[in-house]
Formats: sequence, structure tokens, C-alpha cells
Amino acid sequence: MRLRADADLGRLRQRLRQLLPNASPFVITRILTVASELGRNALVHGGGGRCDIRPPGPGLRLLRLHFADDGPGIIDIGRALGDGYSTNGGLGLGLGGVRRLSETFEIDSAPGQGTRVRVALAC
Amino acid sequence: MAQVPILRIGDCLVVTVNADLDDGSALTLRDDLACRVASISARGVLIDVSALDVVDSFTARMLGDVARTVSIMDAETVISGLAPAVAMTLVEMGVTIPHTRTALDAQGGLRLLGIVMESARERGA
Repeated sequence: MRLRADADLGRLRQRLRQLLPNASPFVITRILTVASELGRNALVHGGGGRCDIRPPGPGLRLLRLHFADDGPGIIDIGRALGDGYSTNGGLGLGLGGVRRLSETFEIDSAPGQGTRVRVALAC
Repeated sequence: MAQVPILRIGDCLVVTVNADLDDGSALTLRDDLACRVASISARGVLIDVSALDVVDSFTARMLGDVARTVSIMDAETVISGLAPAVAMTLVEMGVTIPHTRTALDAQGGLRLLGIVMESARERGA
């Protein structure tokens, strides 16, 4: 789904809640938090972007989320993943926190080439 | 964008944050609370978040901003009703909300702010 405004983050969270009606509150909260952080990054830093939701296959317990934007990209990914680093006055815990909450975490970004983040979350 | 109502109880302000507050509403709430604290010389602010199933770093920062702002204005902030899953996720993320005290529920939060609710039954006893 497209992420173009604040309201899209709410829609993304709502879709994820509907997708996992039987998940425990701990699972839901972790997934919604990751989606919020990455979705907001795409909005604020990427000027808007996309999120693909890959529901768990039969017998699998991993939900995959792929975020992409065509924004300015991240100059120093190592620093961006470190706690306390922020370019927008935020807490600077978003990306590092997302990595801690995810089973797998991949980020692909370079200056001028946008940012793609792929996470897998236990569900 | 939904506006969050701010209730006055004694010299405290009370808000209940609805499920899924959007970012714009969160910032409006922060600003409204600061203005109301000044206009009634509030001593405390209670923010009940029991309806939230997600508090991300943006919301946490908004709550921390409210708390820091009103603490400069000589009022204190209590956050009540953090769900266990939300609390655990904040810890896993490494997010803290400085300048706040927390209570399990709104009643406990009011008590922390010095507002004691006495039921009719307790009065009669």
C-alpha cells in the first residue's frame, strides 16, 4: 500500500490488525510498532513510499514487511542504526529499535537512491 | 483529524488517548495541554493510554514533550494504563518517557496526583 500521509500509517496499522485477528497482544503490538516506525521513516525522510505486506505462508509464523521510498537515502547506515541518532529531532531509537524487535532486518540505502527496508516478524 | 477532549478534575487535567492517534492529532494534543495547564494553573496532567495497542517512538516523544513542557510550568504528568505488551515493546525498543510517573490505571493516576475518589459506599461505611 502507498504511504503518502499520516492517515496512511493508521490505515497500515488497521490492515495489519485485520490480517492477524488471533495473534497475541504482544505479537500485535510489536508488529504495529515496527510498521509505525518504518512507515513514518518513509513518510518523513523519504517524502512518501510504499509498504508491501507478505502474510505468513501456511505453517509459517513469519510476517514480512517491505518498505521502500525514493527519498534522499541514508548517508551513514551504521550511524542511523545506532541509538540516539536523529536528523529530525526524534528519539533516534526508531531504526535500532525496529532491528531489535524483528527476527530479520535488512536495509538497503545510499545517498540519492532511496531506502528499502525488509523485516520479518514472528507472528 | 480527531480532537482529544481535555477534562478538568479539580486542579488537574485528564485526557484519554483514543485508539490510534494520528501524528497530527498527537501534536495538537501536546499544544492544547500546554495551553490548558497555563490557563487553569493546573497542578497535574493525567494521560490515560489504556486504549492504545501501540506507542511508537513518535508517540513516546510526544508524551515526553508534554511532560517536560508542563514540568517547566510546575505541573506533573502521570501516564496511566500502559498495556503490558506496549510496556514490553517500549523496553525492547529502548524507549523511555522521562519526566513522567506511571500508574496501572486512571484511578491510580489520579491518586498519584492527589485526587482521591471516594465511592458512596465507602462514604457510608
